[in-house]
Amino acid sequence: MGDLIQAIVAKYNYWIYITLMMIGLYAMIAKNNLVKKIVGMNIFQTAIILFYVSTGVKRGGTLPIIEHGHGGHSHVIHAADYINPLPHVLMLTAIVVSVATLGVALALAIRIYNRYNTLEEDEILAQIREE
Amino acid sequence: MSQHYPALIVIVPLLAAFIISVAGWINKKLCFPIAVAAVTVSTGSSIGLLFRVMNEGVVHYRLGGWLPPWGIAYYVDQLNALVLCVVTVAALLNLIAAKKSIEQEFPERIGPFYTLYVLFVTGMVGITVTGDAFNLYVLLEIASITGYALIAMGDKDRAPLASLNYLYMGTIGACFYLLGVGYLYIATGSLNMVDIARILPDLYQSKAVLGAFIICMVGVWIKMAFFPLHGWLPNAYTFAPSASSSLIAPLMTKVMIYVMIRLILTVFTPKFAFATLAISDSIVWLACIAIVMGAIFALAQRDLKKMLTYIIVAEVGYMVGGAWLGNRAGMTGAILHIMNDALMTLCAFLVVGNIVYKVKGYAFDNLKGLFAKMPFTMGAFVIAALSFIGVPPTCGFFSKWYLISGAIQAGHYGFMVALIFSSLVNVVLFFRIIEIGYYEPFSDHHGHDHPAEPMAEAPLTMLVPLYIVAAGLILVGLYTGNIVNHIIRFVIPGSFV
Amino acid sequence: METITSIKPLLAVLVSLLITPMLVSSRAPNVREAWTFVAAIAKFLIVLSMLPTILKGTEIVYTVVEFLPGAAIKFRVDAFGMLFALVSSSLWIITSAYSIGYMRGLKEHSQTRYFCYFAFALSATVGVAFSANLLTLYLFYEMLSLATYPLVTHHQDREARSSGRKYLLYIVGTSIGFVLPAMLISYNLAGTLEFGKQGFLAGTTGSGHLMGLLLVLLIFGFAKAAIMPFHSWLPAAMVAPTPVSALLHAVAVVKVGVFCVVRVITGVFGTDLLLSLNFGPFILFIASVTILVGSFIALTQDSLKRLLAFSTIAQLSYIVLGVGLLSPKGMTGGMVHVAMHAFGKITLFFCAGAIFVATGKKNISQMVGIGRRMPVTMTAFFIASLSIIGMPPCGGFISKWYLVLGSLEAHQTAILVVLLFSSLLNAAYFMPIVYRAFFCRPDEAMFENKVQEAPLFCVVPLVVTAVISVILFFYPQPFFRLASMMVQSIMGG
Repeated sequence: MGDLIQAIVAKYNYWIYITLMMIGLYAMIAKNNLVKKIVGMNIFQTAIILFYVSTGVKRGGTLPIIEHGHGGHSHVIHAADYINPLPHVLMLTAIVVSVATLGVALALAIRIYNRYNTLEEDEILAQIREE
Repeated sequence: MSQHYPALIVIVPLLAAFIISVAGWINKKLCFPIAVAAVTVSTGSSIGLLFRVMNEGVVHYRLGGWLPPWGIAYYVDQLNALVLCVVTVAALLNLIAAKKSIEQEFPERIGPFYTLYVLFVTGMVGITVTGDAFNLYVLLEIASITGYALIAMGDKDRAPLASLNYLYMGTIGACFYLLGVGYLYIATGSLNMVDIARILPDLYQSKAVLGAFIICMVGVWIKMAFFPLHGWLPNAYTFAPSASSSLIAPLMTKVMIYVMIRLILTVFTPKFAFATLAISDSIVWLACIAIVMGAIFALAQRDLKKMLTYIIVAEVGYMVGGAWLGNRAGMTGAILHIMNDALMTLCAFLVVGNIVYKVKGYAFDNLKGLFAKMPFTMGAFVIAALSFIGVPPTCGFFSKWYLISGAIQAGHYGFMVALIFSSLVNVVLFFRIIEIGYYEPFSDHHGHDHPAEPMAEAPLTMLVPLYIVAAGLILVGLYTGNIVNHIIRFVIPGSFV
Repeated sequence: METITSIKPLLAVLVSLLITPMLVSSRAPNVREAWTFVAAIAKFLIVLSMLPTILKGTEIVYTVVEFLPGAAIKFRVDAFGMLFALVSSSLWIITSAYSIGYMRGLKEHSQTRYFCYFAFALSATVGVAFSANLLTLYLFYEMLSLATYPLVTHHQDREARSSGRKYLLYIVGTSIGFVLPAMLISYNLAGTLEFGKQGFLAGTTGSGHLMGLLLVLLIFGFAKAAIMPFHSWLPAAMVAPTPVSALLHAVAVVKVGVFCVVRVITGVFGTDLLLSLNFGPFILFIASVTILVGSFIALTQDSLKRLLAFSTIAQLSYIVLGVGLLSPKGMTGGMVHVAMHAFGKITLFFCAGAIFVATGKKNISQMVGIGRRMPVTMTAFFIASLSIIGMPPCGGFISKWYLVLGSLEAHQTAILVVLLFSSLLNAAYFMPIVYRAFFCRPDEAMFENKVQEAPLFCVVPLVVTAVISVILFFYPQPFFRLASMMVQSIMGG
């Protein structure tokens, strides 16, 4: 039991992102409202962004900005002192992607609403069956 | 110039997309020529690239001159060169065929359509050409998002919902892939595929690598609609406008198969996928289920387009199963089938496009008397049908040959039975359509007074691309030996038997 | 054996394909039919031009494209293939003439389509005859199935549709379900699909069970041979116009099936392997059953075309039986029977068609006294049925004689009994028709006592084939020579 708690605490960032992911996935599967599903999807994406960002962290690391960089190589740079910037950079792109997806999803939801006057999936499906 | 083929393939359509969206405001007539020009450049470059790869071997290209593993590297071997050619050629032919049908279906949105079309092509070729795992994700999302939009332009009642469902699943799939890449990055510290493959052998026992592999696979399977993750595909492809479905249906799933094979062969290496992980047998069984269920669902359909979408689900099973047989014949079959299935599906969906253009519907009832009305379109349909069934000398037969050979060599007779079952079901499926087109409406007396409907064929701009594809089905079939010996043989590592 | 490379086999296959654009584009029916004759005669001449080479004992090979070692699209003309190609290409000329009379006589629709697919089917038939390996054989076999589908279902009504379904189900279903896996398993076993003198499976390590399975799959898989229980497509396919039934279901299609079975026995397994595994009795058993059951069913038929169909089913198994005897004389008899039966049976079908064109009658019970109205037709019918029964002076006697000799040679007395008994049955279902056509009481006769034959285009072909049937008794060359050459090369002298 103690080991388990230790494992959870030591890697808490993973547990947070997994919880978020599951919340998102749950919303996408279980919710009936299309916009709620879209929200779930966004949570899902954000969870992964969080995961990436958290992997860049190093204990005791600082921002990867080299001060006094121009004044010649006066001191040695230790990579271990800086957190890894690459995952953060990647996530900029991922955020853009997720925003674009969100935009498309909402646009589709609007079209659906205009056509069926509802965003509840079961009502829409019922209308489709009737036709 | 030829140095920059890999970049041109992606960048020309990307820039063209912006130009088209602007041109759409000025004059709608400008959009089509620009799109054709861009895709033609892409096609030319990829064919040039294929020849270069065949002559010189693997081509490395560093985008912006940055050295890998820091910069994005394009890594082109015989496998992507072949897939690139398939993608661009299919996109070009479909683009030409699509002109009339989109002018008919949504004349007011020509500009956006071509913009999205060219962006989709950018995404597809980008996925294929890139050698960077994260870059692949970005391009995958470019292709997917444009794909959602292209699909949503279809049937006013059903397309938006179908597209939204596709979007949910597609996003989950892409996110899974991204997550897998994240774990891979944690384990190896690299995003460059070749670099990862270099670092990975020491880490084969790592749980993170195992997790990365499984999560990536699941993500890719969702994107390729591998049964039982196929739920999004039939509706999305059915309700899309015909010009979009004949672009997306042949390419999307096939490119995702390519990604899967690339992950197996280059990133994780076959040693890991087949030897370290003992899951290939169960995946082949899953593929068998996919093939059988795809066939059964297809039997239950009452309209042509939806039937074809379920056939795609079955065909995905062919390729996944073939790739996971873990031997040379199976992998050859899977790679060959990427090309063949893309051509077959393109041919079938172009036929649907022609039918929709003339008859305004694709339900079975709409197909009555089509052999008299559109003999040329239906002729091409028969060729596509033969290829799906696997009748020589169409290309479908030859990929099936390799797949079944692979199954026999691997001793996996279940896969062989599934393939043959699916061929038999395809006979039923396609001849049912042919029967409707050929016999109905029934005449009373022995056909002597069979009502001859006046011929109303689709315009030449739709028929010519269709017949190029149909001829391609037979030519590719006849030259299978050359394709395998000069291209596919080099893709498969020597460790395969 | 010497081989030479020549493009002639490919030309022989392609010549009828190449005229299809001409057929489609010709506006006048006469022009269209002229093209059909051009192709038919050209095909026959090309085939004929290869005959001297083959008779010298040389084989002609031509590889179109090779896609795997041992699995190419490749032609090889040997004696047996030559025999079959000669039969089918010569009969195409005659059938073309007959088709014109029949189709125009009945004012059928879609005649252009009809002639196109006929040409297409002949390409496939000659392709089968000249196939050098199982892959090419399979390719043309499937092509033939598909080319004949529009011909079988020519009438495009409900009956045609259900028959067409049955046709496809049996033919395509078995070829994909049985032949395709068997072909791939044997390729993986042997590494080649080339028909060899002693069969390409001969030297392989497969167990007896596996070989048995392959044999069953391959023999039943080629369902065009109509071996029971995969025979019922053939009676169903009789909805087709009569020339189609005549050429395809008496000659080309079913003979392609039997040809494939013979190739399987000789080229895939080889006689030695079959003898050592003792599979001969199995082949003989299924063939005997088919012969007897087919003949008995034929006895009960009233529709003339269906009777002929069941008779065909029985006669086809003679060929399988002869080759299944695995003895030189039996195999010779079986192979010669390909030609003998073809000329006899096509005459019978022509007669049935001529009767239909002239009187509209399809059933035997309505044909009492028809001999007085159509004496030429019914005389030809009589001659041809003699040939099928196997009585001199007709060609059928020769093949049956060799079959009997073969069964004695192989010490299969049971087979001898089957052969003799089935001849009796043949007589029992043919002779009453002829007898009642000519000899009936005046009050029974259903026709006026006035000679009124079918159009000349119908009558001349059937007279020609009937005459050839007789000639073949006195001069069975080159068919006999070809068959014995083939047997000699298989049995090694």
